[in-house]
Amino acid sequence: MQLPILSILVFFPLAGIVFLLFLDRKNHKMLKLATLGISLLEFLFSLPLWFKFDNQTGAMQFVEHHHWLPSYGISYYVGIDGFSLLLVLLTTFLTPICVLATWEDIQHRVKEFMICLLALMSGMLGVFVALDLFLFYVFWEVMLIPMYLLIGVWGNPARRVYAAIKFFLFTMFGSLLMLVAILVLYFHCGKVTGTYTFDLLKMYAVPVPFYMQFWMFLAFGLAFAIKVPMFPFHTWLPDAHTEAPTVGSVILAAVLLKMGTYGFLRFNMPLFPQAAYYFVPLFSILALIGIVYGALVSMMQKDLKRLIAFSSVSHLGFVMLGLFTFTMAGLQGGIIQMINHGLSTGALFLIVGMIYERRHTRMIADFGGLSTPMPIFAAIFMIVALSSIGLPGLNGFVGEFLILLGAFKANMIYSTVAATGVIFAACYMLWMFQRVMFGKVTNDKNRDLKDLSWREIVIFAPLLLFIVWIGVHPNTFLDKTRATSESFLAMMEKSKAPPPKVALFQAFKGEAR
Amino acid sequence: MINIPTFTLCSIGPWVTLTGFAILILMLDALSPKGRKAYFPQLSLLGLAIAALQTWRLWGQQGTDFARMVYVDNFALAFFFILILGTALTILISRHYLEDYGKNLGEYYALVLFATVGMMLLASGAHLIMIFLGLEVMSIAVYVLAGFFREDVRSNEAALKYLLLGAFSSAFLLFGIAMLYGATGGSLYLDELSKVLLVHPFSRSLALLAIALLIVGFGFKVAAVPFHMWTPDVYEGAPTSITAFMAVGVKAAAFAAFARVFFLAFPYFMVDWNMLLWVLAVGTMTLGNVVAIAQTNIKRMLAYSSIAHAGYLLVALVAANQLGAVSLLYYLLAYTLMNLGAFGVVILVGRVKDSYLSIYDYSGLGFQHPALAAAMAVFMFALAGIPPTAGFVGKFYIFSAAVQAGYIWLAIIGVMNSLVSVYYYLRITVLMYMRPAEADLGPVAFTPALTAVLLVTALGVMFIGIFPGFFYNLAVNSVKVFPGL
Repeated sequence: MQLPILSILVFFPLAGIVFLLFLDRKNHKMLKLATLGISLLEFLFSLPLWFKFDNQTGAMQFVEHHHWLPSYGISYYVGIDGFSLLLVLLTTFLTPICVLATWEDIQHRVKEFMICLLALMSGMLGVFVALDLFLFYVFWEVMLIPMYLLIGVWGNPARRVYAAIKFFLFTMFGSLLMLVAILVLYFHCGKVTGTYTFDLLKMYAVPVPFYMQFWMFLAFGLAFAIKVPMFPFHTWLPDAHTEAPTVGSVILAAVLLKMGTYGFLRFNMPLFPQAAYYFVPLFSILALIGIVYGALVSMMQKDLKRLIAFSSVSHLGFVMLGLFTFTMAGLQGGIIQMINHGLSTGALFLIVGMIYERRHTRMIADFGGLSTPMPIFAAIFMIVALSSIGLPGLNGFVGEFLILLGAFKANMIYSTVAATGVIFAACYMLWMFQRVMFGKVTNDKNRDLKDLSWREIVIFAPLLLFIVWIGVHPNTFLDKTRATSESFLAMMEKSKAPPPKVALFQAFKGEAR
Repeated sequence: MINIPTFTLCSIGPWVTLTGFAILILMLDALSPKGRKAYFPQLSLLGLAIAALQTWRLWGQQGTDFARMVYVDNFALAFFFILILGTALTILISRHYLEDYGKNLGEYYALVLFATVGMMLLASGAHLIMIFLGLEVMSIAVYVLAGFFREDVRSNEAALKYLLLGAFSSAFLLFGIAMLYGATGGSLYLDELSKVLLVHPFSRSLALLAIALLIVGFGFKVAAVPFHMWTPDVYEGAPTSITAFMAVGVKAAAFAAFARVFFLAFPYFMVDWNMLLWVLAVGTMTLGNVVAIAQTNIKRMLAYSSIAHAGYLLVALVAANQLGAVSLLYYLLAYTLMNLGAFGVVILVGRVKDSYLSIYDYSGLGFQHPALAAAMAVFMFALAGIPPTAGFVGKFYIFSAAVQAGYIWLAIIGVMNSLVSVYYYLRITVLMYMRPAEADLGPVAFTPALTAVLLVTALGVMFIGIFPGFFYNLAVNSVKVFPGL
């Protein structure tokens, strides 16, 4: 019998929480070490996924299927394909790093923090592996609570509550409409096929009339677009990022935002393919606005965290653009860009966290000439910033290049506009880097800053490794998703038909009583 | 010669037991010397346990008894369980609270038991007069209970307000029953009503009027907008334990009768009452949730939240399909647990004589009393309908039912209302976890009974949220009594 790796991954952090409950709340070191151990174990558990994953098939692997509420067609159904594989690994890979990053940062209510972190991890993994819509929805919402607490309890005292509530309400808004759409889909599929089920793969196969696809695509799309976040639903992001503790920002940027893009891939497009093609212009243009607008707004930020937050809007715009090209290059680029953004932006938030720990400010104007007292830090910062810009040889380039390639095939204008985003990215990133790191040390407080400690270097080492690895040999990762992408595109291609000219405002008929 | 109908004592066992225990408590209260009355809670719990056992023995029966006056079927019995659970939890949270006020009197428990008997009658009535009797037995007991702290002005206000408006609404209900009596030419049995109304085409307008009046009567008891005006004042003024009892028990019983009457007696008027209830549901949800945001007294907030929950339950009625009935049962079970738990926390935090009832008294609770705050957080998230709690699954069923019946807009309005409710429920968690304490809260008296209530409700809310299967199947089993759905 095969080990239920995915279930272990999802529930092991919860077991870890139980373990943490028995530890002394005063002994911070112990708590952090225990959480680090748990998250490292979790990472080890996730490695077999990588090695045993079959590259040749686009089907679901490591599948587990158990009844949960059979009379309602709800089951505990998990499995991964190439898309989720990378995201699951990204999650398990980043969590130990996050725990290490809390070492100095989190000094009060450590136990509760670690519990939230582990609960969050469990929820995020659940979202990426769930293949049952009900199960997915449960994880999707459950994960809000620990994140809300992370921002609200450990955030910046001034505005953390505002940011936490805004984060919660924005996400809830989208997800609740999605819930209604899930129900409509469930009853539609039940009516058509005769079996009522929340099984996602079975739902893929059910034809949905276009007018229903239209509305349900919008309902699902809203939930995911808020999460991504796409312009104009991005306003919660800068607040949440700015007020969250460093680790919160890292997880938010690296993993949580990916749930939105992942949602489009896993749910929106395959469930409502006709509507997906229909909405290509709308979503592409929103993505383009996000790219350019995010980059322009980034340029004007005075706060480092806000700057990176807006750069996320821009980067995620690239991902969305790539996904909506429905070409191999765009799709693969979009997926690899999700990972890239997780690594680079995660690293950037860690960097900001580290200088914040030293100086207790994030204002660009307070810095200048940091490279003199902190040479190692400067080097790492440089590499990460360049990877975020998309310098060839580093990871960002691969993703952006593939996306632009795909977009070029689909629509030359999109590609051209998107390319300006890369230029702007170079502007805001390098300008920021210059103002923070180069020049003379103008502020006396900056003169004696300590360079990175060994712990901090250890945090960055694995991130840098992958930043270079993906940049130099992206095929290691692209191979994993190729088969999945191919079958995804084939599935999309099959249902590519011009939308029939029917009224979009037909009412959904309830079932006969 | 008077024709005495035959009956099986067994089928009315739960009522007999509870009435017996209530009378016993009253007698003992009068007979036993002062200061020796501490055993009443245990006695009432014993009565409830026996009643639960009897209900369990009856499970699976189909039919009516007592000259077709009461239903003995799974729908009624399932409600018996919910009501008994609610009453038992109420009694558990009462004792300590009453002792604070020096009011740990026998008649309190007797009245609670009488009210429970009335609720059970409501849930099982097969004849409209029976339903009215149940309603009155319940209401009169609760009127008294609301004014139980007779030296307290607010408690007096609550009782008087509830009595006056309640009597008024009972009159509406009775008037509606009278209309039906005329419309059907003399039959008030629920199972006959639908058939009789169908063959009397001229009775249609009378029946519609009756339906409207019944909706007023029931709407008052479940606190549906626009018949909700009494709710905040009464909930705020009544003893907290009774507030919990009203929010849970009265509502559940009234919904049981509401559903039974409308599903069984008026299936042919579904179009008409559906539309009316649609409007009521939307109004109730929206007003309850929006006004709850502005509340700073925790009891008032929970009062408005209970109005909102009545709105969600009305959605289940509007759906009027099997799933709707199932969701009604499931949601009321979940609501009993989460609401009673929340009121348990309110009693604990309020401490001596309700001195801490502002929501700002919850500031910093998370770090002074982590267990208490964690329990409250569970209840708040459950009331807001966030997984993996029972509150989420309940809402999920309710909105499923609405979607299944084709009421997509109702479902959308419903979920948007949940979104609004998230705001004020979250505010409690914000205060508990994200604000510093305004003052040291000092020790909280965790009595064994209250601790047990919090444990049972918090774990129960999580458990039936994560493993809803058993209760779902139970509910499906119970609603088979409505063949028309």
